[in-house]
Amino acid sequence: MSRQANRGTESKKMSSELFTLTYGALVTQLCRDYENDEDVNKQLDKMGYNIGVRLIEDFLARSNVGRCHDFRETADVIAKVAFKMYLGITPSITNWSPAGDEFSLILENNPLVDFVELPDNHSSLIYSNLLCGVLRGALEMVQMAVEAKFVQDTLKGDGVTEIRMRFIRRIEDNLPAGEE
Amino acid sequence: MAIFSVFVVNKAGGLIYQLDSYAPRAEAEKTFSYPLDLLLKLHDERVLVAFGQRDGIRVGHAVLAINGVDVSGKYTADGKEVLEYLGNPANYPVSIRFGRPRLTSNEKLMLASMFHSLFAIGSQLSPEQGSSGIEMLETDTFKLHCFQTLTGIKFVVLADPRQAGIDSLLRKIYEIYSDFALKNPFYSLEMPIRCELFDQNLKLALEVAEKAGTFGPGS
Repeated sequence: MSRQANRGTESKKMSSELFTLTYGALVTQLCRDYENDEDVNKQLDKMGYNIGVRLIEDFLARSNVGRCHDFRETADVIAKVAFKMYLGITPSITNWSPAGDEFSLILENNPLVDFVELPDNHSSLIYSNLLCGVLRGALEMVQMAVEAKFVQDTLKGDGVTEIRMRFIRRIEDNLPAGEE
Repeated sequence: MAIFSVFVVNKAGGLIYQLDSYAPRAEAEKTFSYPLDLLLKLHDERVLVAFGQRDGIRVGHAVLAINGVDVSGKYTADGKEVLEYLGNPANYPVSIRFGRPRLTSNEKLMLASMFHSLFAIGSQLSPEQGSSGIEMLETDTFKLHCFQTLTGIKFVVLADPRQAGIDSLLRKIYEIYSDFALKNPFYSLEMPIRCELFDQNLKLALEVAEKAGTFGPGS
């Protein structure tokens, strides 16, 4: 009898279609419940935040990356390790601000929006806003306050999807012992 | 059992999970007739042996059970005071189980927050910049291993000094926490962990670690 713990996730594969459908159902239900695109965007961000605060521990437990010492390292880890691990894509990092506190993540293809088209009456809906919440929540748990927002979106006719990440400040309260 | 306990401490120093997995090694159950030749005293809400060490019953041992029924603090399970009960010759002969007093959950909570502060002091005392907190605490009967995640949660394991592989066990516990506690949507962060699956998988991981790592010296 196998002595390994009950985790078969290495071999557990789920259809990405089911994922796209699930996310789609979520967004359309929110649209029906809130009727106002801005509110839906806020809710998606909140939901993403709740996912992010939990996802970060899973990420740290599985990937064994150490603490990042500056925003550039953070950007690298997010693009090359985290996105790869969870969405199977590797966005590119561009457009660094001169102060080194802002950068853009360029996603060639976004698995959340496979098969999706935004109708005209939802032109201000940020369909993948969940991702911004996830980034914000996850980084907050490692003591970084950041702002993430979509500046380009293939659903709105742009060529690529671009998320702009801005470093606000280091969260100094409740620092784990040993970090200063 | 070479791994004695597991503690999980949240960011604020509160204990959110605790598991004891050792079989108490020093317990003695004996039948007594009146008068009791041990001197018992009440200390810290427990009935302890003050004098009269014999037959495996040592000074400092607490009354754990009377006539097979567990005792809670200084009261028996049916609410009578232990000392009063044992002072009454009508209740004899009586069978009493003595053993090393176990920590109550309040005491564990206090010890966990104390450890949380000591952990911080550990990193402050360091002559080097950016030192980690306490990673290991060694005594002659056990070794305490502590792992703090980047998010501030501490996993503490108390094990036999000869037990190896605790570092990978700590990482495994982190994985189990991120799976069965965090992925349970009904579990709120920083709160006590009351998830069955977490318990089961943790116990499994402890078994695996014990079987894999008891040979060889050191950790």
